[in-house]
Amino acid sequence: MPHDHSDHPHALLPPDPALRVKALETILTEKGLIDPAALEEIIDTYQNRIGPQNGARVVARAWSDPDFKEALLADADPVLADLGYYGRQGEHMVVVENTPQQHNMVVCTLCSCYPWPLLGIPPGWYKSDAYRARAVREPRKVLAEFGVTLPEGSAVRVWDSTAEVRYLVLPVRPEGTEGMSEDDLAALVTRDSMIGTGLAKVPA
Amino acid sequence: MTRVHDMGGRFGDGPVKPEAEDAPVFAEDWHARALAVTLACGALGQWNIDTSRHARERLSPKDYTRFSYYEKWISALADLLVEKGVLTREDLAGQGATGLHALAERALKAENVAAALAKGGPASREGGPKPRFTPGQAVRARIPADNALVEGGHTRLPQYAAGAQGYILRLHGTHVFPDSSAHGLGEAPEPLYAVRFHASSLWAHPEHPEDEVVLDLWQSYLEPL
Repeated sequence: MPHDHSDHPHALLPPDPALRVKALETILTEKGLIDPAALEEIIDTYQNRIGPQNGARVVARAWSDPDFKEALLADADPVLADLGYYGRQGEHMVVVENTPQQHNMVVCTLCSCYPWPLLGIPPGWYKSDAYRARAVREPRKVLAEFGVTLPEGSAVRVWDSTAEVRYLVLPVRPEGTEGMSEDDLAALVTRDSMIGTGLAKVPA
Repeated sequence: MTRVHDMGGRFGDGPVKPEAEDAPVFAEDWHARALAVTLACGALGQWNIDTSRHARERLSPKDYTRFSYYEKWISALADLLVEKGVLTREDLAGQGATGLHALAERALKAENVAAALAKGGPASREGGPKPRFTPGQAVRARIPADNALVEGGHTRLPQYAAGAQGYILRLHGTHVFPDSSAHGLGEAPEPLYAVRFHASSLWAHPEHPEDEVVLDLWQSYLEPL
């Protein structure tokens, strides 16, 4: 049963959110249910090691290597696993390619599903009510709020992440990047361009 | 009837406020701790991802709306810990038993964090019903968008798609069915499809006639047309 409560147990904890976390952490630590060193390890992983730089490497490689791109779009999981990008919240990846005719954009209207191994923890706006509510109904107005205007004749396809499949957008390769190295290309790939709320940067 | 988290298409939320690409991953230290505590508690193995999503969705509409993101996480976690019998209400009130917990031996250790995160929790399964639909086929999303097994139960069929006509885009494979899994009724895996809907099938005033929304929907959310 769904267990709806009029008296949720969380109300027994302090109302201030920082103190609420601290109180729960203390109770759990005292009982040996969580290990403070493990918490530090989790935080360090997502604060410093896993982030959009991972996705940017994949995009730069796809821009540089047509065979890699073809394999990535056909069946992303084995291709990403070869690069070491797999695991929690990236178990089932699909990469969708932006073209001048079609712009892809990713949202999770029901919660905050996001491809952690490739992009890390989602930014605040991705988890906001405004983005969750509006991305599916008025993606073009949302894009305008990110400063993005699509070319004439471009259709928008919004992917609502309602299952355990996670989506990464392969942005359009900017003009003027012929012959650039993968490292230099990766520097043009923004987080937002891989969610579909931005475009890749144009080289200065 | 839907719950407050099911907000796709809702009016009145105002503008999206983009953040700089180099903004801190965690705006506050307690955000990081809320995430870490939640992940570490998940490793105790007392629930699955569908259970924990449903715990957040079951916050009262008033709490869901006023709580910030990680406040929802930590509050739903406290509720779940009590519901699953890991902690007592007395524990939360600071008046519980002292000493090590019976589940302490299952606590996630620092040296196992990397492996646990790398392992993740794949949702694909062997077996289950055969796929009923093929790419290109027209389907209709079930209406109402309620959990058919449990009244008020967890579902991943958003209200805005209920009753709408769409087209099968691809079969993802056979995945754990959240409507069952969230309630201890077994994984009940089903074929999962990406289904594309014309914006005009979802909204009375679509922004552009060519736009589409794709949702990942389980077979029992769909009927043939």
